[in-house]
Amino acid sequence: MDRYLKTLLRFWGTALASQTEYQLNLLFDLLAMGGNLAGSLFVIGLFFQGGRSLGGWTWPEALVVLGVYTMLDGVASTLLRPNLSRIVAHVQEGTMDFVLLKPIDSQFWLSTRTFALGGLPEILGGLGLMGWAAAVAGARPSLVAVGAAALLLMASLTILYSLWFLLATTSIWFVKTWNATEVLRATLTAGRYPISAYPNSLRLLFTVVIPVAFLTTVPAEAILGRPSLRWLLAGGGMALGCFALSRWFWWRALRSYTSASS
Amino acid sequence: MKRGLRLARVLLATQYAHMVEYRTEIALWALSGVVPLMMMALWIHQADTAGAMGAASGGGSELSRVDLARYFLSAFVVRQFTIAWVVFAFEEDALQGRLSPFLLQPLHPLWRYLSAHLGEQATRFPLVLGLMALFLGMVPWAAWLPSPGQLLLALLATGLAFAVNFLVQSLIAVLCFWSERASAIERLHTLAMLFLSGLMAPLEVFPPTMRQLASRTPFPWIIHFPARLLAGADVNVAEGFTALLGWLALLLPLTLLLWRAGVRRYTAMGG
Repeated sequence: MDRYLKTLLRFWGTALASQTEYQLNLLFDLLAMGGNLAGSLFVIGLFFQGGRSLGGWTWPEALVVLGVYTMLDGVASTLLRPNLSRIVAHVQEGTMDFVLLKPIDSQFWLSTRTFALGGLPEILGGLGLMGWAAAVAGARPSLVAVGAAALLLMASLTILYSLWFLLATTSIWFVKTWNATEVLRATLTAGRYPISAYPNSLRLLFTVVIPVAFLTTVPAEAILGRPSLRWLLAGGGMALGCFALSRWFWWRALRSYTSASS
Repeated sequence: MKRGLRLARVLLATQYAHMVEYRTEIALWALSGVVPLMMMALWIHQADTAGAMGAASGGGSELSRVDLARYFLSAFVVRQFTIAWVVFAFEEDALQGRLSPFLLQPLHPLWRYLSAHLGEQATRFPLVLGLMALFLGMVPWAAWLPSPGQLLLALLATGLAFAVNFLVQSLIAVLCFWSERASAIERLHTLAMLFLSGLMAPLEVFPPTMRQLASRTPFPWIIHFPARLLAGADVNVAEGFTALLGWLALLLPLTLLLWRAGVRRYTAMGG
């Protein structure tokens, strides 16, 4: 465990050092974050015109959902995309062999090797929006609710990671599946809005098949101070299930991996 | 003239053959354009529940659920055939040094990118038809058949919209000659396209000032206008075509001029 922590610090230290070389990029990342957030706020605002609600959620409540989504999107661009997009290159160039030979878990190595500074403004912006909107919505969370919210956010991050890793793993078999993560990304944008704003059929799809509901709506409920034991258990179960699935799938993929030249 | 035709035929045929090789990726890419359809579900659900609430006072809810479904389905199709990716192709060619041989050939490199886009659209065409049938199956009550005249106008508008989008992207790509941040600018352009073009919401529900502001940019003319035409909705045809042609007349000379200036300072990678 100690060894993993030390490795992680090394990984991210070098990533940070190489990226502070390009400071102007950070300006563009900030601009993109601002534009994205302003656009999302504008679109959600359109739904609320004429004093309506969005699937029974008030304006500040819906912004909590958007805050959670923005944070997750930031995590995807900070950690998931930069790391997992390399799996394809490792397979194509044969460097995957070196990764497998290292005396460290290969899934850990591939998932944490580097990070991109560009997503950090989004993570901070998302957290800020979450807190601010929850305060405006009048949430007075008890200690239990805060704990539940933290647990559900962890679960949501785990689910997001597992979904990305599952798709990235398929490139061991089919090299050309990187665009599949674009489909995932497009589908997950559904999480910008509370799940109850969708028609019933989609609500079912987004809860059971593609767990979008557990990514944003369920943690947002807890942040707003109305956690329920049922959703806590469901969220935790879903996260554990997804993570176990990603582990198992990686193990399967490695068994059929035959290196680049063979 | 004869040479031009032969060139066009050869370029299109090779690019089409090239793109068919990548059909799986293009299919996945087409599928990643589902955002307007998700927005369709949201807007229809909102229209249904707002009707039940009866609290809709102003805010432009004159669009019925049939209007909304037709609009977003059309927007999905129009988006599929107006996508441009010049920036990414150009950036890669410049970095890998492929641009230098292209520049030596007696053919403007932009023609090469244009034929690649057209080849990709031809590959995409059957995929989009299939997806459209699938999505129409989910909202069968919205099925419609545009009249031949409408279809022709929508086709023409989509073609012009693609030309405008292609030129905007080429303009950003040409900035590669001066700066390495062209793809960062492209990110901002993508955002503006997403929120102002009408992919997330029809412009009819925008507040008036916002709508006016958006109309001053090329984005709504690229998606909203052709989509309204295809959906058979009420739309000012003359105004739309004037805007598209106006943007073309502005962008085409600007892109070509900047291209010439850029090539002059181009020193090739590593050279």
